[in-house]
Amino acid sequence: MSASRVSPVAAPRTRLALALAVAGLALVLVLGGCAFKPIEPWVKPYERERLADPVMQAALNELPARQRDHIYAVREGSRGATGVQGGGCGCN
Amino acid sequence: MAATKLGAAVAGIVGGTLAAGSAQAVDLPEDRAEAMYHVYDGGGTIAQGPALLIRKSMLDRVSVSGSYYVDAVSNASIDVVTTASKFKETRNEFGLGLDYVERDTLIHVSGSRSKEPDYLADTVSVDLTQDVFGGMTTVAFGFSRGADKVGQKGTPGWIDSARHWQYRLGLTQILTPRWTASANLEAVDDDGYLGSPYRLAQVFGSFIHEKIPRTRESKALKFSTTGDITAEGAPQRSAVRAEYRYFWDTWGVRAHTLELGYNRYFGQRWLAETFVRYYRQEHALFYSDNAPTETLYVTRNRQLGTFHDVGAGATLTYSLKNVPGKYDVKLSGAYQFIDFHYSDFTDIRNGKPYSFNANVLQMVLSATF
Repeated sequence: MSASRVSPVAAPRTRLALALAVAGLALVLVLGGCAFKPIEPWVKPYERERLADPVMQAALNELPARQRDHIYAVREGSRGATGVQGGGCGCN
Repeated sequence: MAATKLGAAVAGIVGGTLAAGSAQAVDLPEDRAEAMYHVYDGGGTIAQGPALLIRKSMLDRVSVSGSYYVDAVSNASIDVVTTASKFKETRNEFGLGLDYVERDTLIHVSGSRSKEPDYLADTVSVDLTQDVFGGMTTVAFGFSRGADKVGQKGTPGWIDSARHWQYRLGLTQILTPRWTASANLEAVDDDGYLGSPYRLAQVFGSFIHEKIPRTRESKALKFSTTGDITAEGAPQRSAVRAEYRYFWDTWGVRAHTLELGYNRYFGQRWLAETFVRYYRQEHALFYSDNAPTETLYVTRNRQLGTFHDVGAGATLTYSLKNVPGKYDVKLSGAYQFIDFHYSDFTDIRNGKPYSFNANVLQMVLSATF
């Protein structure tokens, strides 16, 4: 049994270290809560007008992006994480 | 089946649009219609056809979409002309999607079917997008399940099948009023017939049918950032974009993709989008141009070889008619050039490393309403 392999001295030390770590973490959280305000969103909705402009988009239309992704997918060995899902076909 | 089965495996991952790249608050997709004609011409292959997309919202909370995509393929690629004969075939793809928004959460469900004479791929997808942190952070989760049937010309019915599982996670963060950053992780697992019944491998100078593992697990991690670089007081807005993706899988393929983009307006009606892209990959463990001995798995599929490609493209969009709050009609034309160079795939017609270039054209008429 694995429990029998635990040193009778090491086990209390491990528990003590764990208790100290938890207590330390709790202390940091309590003091942190007193000392710092929570982070608040620093870009307000009315400041996001530029981000909504079509010039910020990688592709204005969906279909061309889908075809482009498909061209890569059937010729390159990698796939995924493109943000665009496209169909596969026999055009190798 | 003109395709490699790897290409067809991708057909099994067809899903809805996961807007992990979007930085705005979670909204229903805008009502829109697109009609496109696309042409790919490269390496002896021409793939062209129309594509349609329509999306319409209802009851302020639901949006439905439908799409149709045609690839009419004329294939005389190096694989075909050196080991088979030129052929033509058509692939049709149908897609249906439904989006539902509830507060800061968008749920997207979609299904699609891709059909070729000797390949059938069905897929269903579910995606969830959640705005948090006052709309500055967007988290997206997604899952797709694909089931394919594999056929072979001259053999009635289906000869085998494949299944695909796709898991994706996206995080988009607004950094400043001008900059956003995104991270996307996607894992794809495949099981079943992942090769091509037509493709041949070369072993000690002799051609045999390729032998491909029946399972594959891959992961891709992409980081991207987009920023508005318009100078204060400048009349036309402009933006830059940078993306990097690293890919790895259990077949030993490792790949890097780097893409840089620059967009800007010209006057009130013109929008130009430009980009350059570099891709490089290392070959799969069982890839060989001409294997010295026959092994358990062997392929000469150059899609799994060592190669790099470089591309550049531009899209020019003209606003035909814009009635604010009612509709906006645009006409777009796009051109892209891609140059492929293979390190370990020999053109057996001349004994030199194979390379080719491709041209891509797209014409799109789109309307938002």
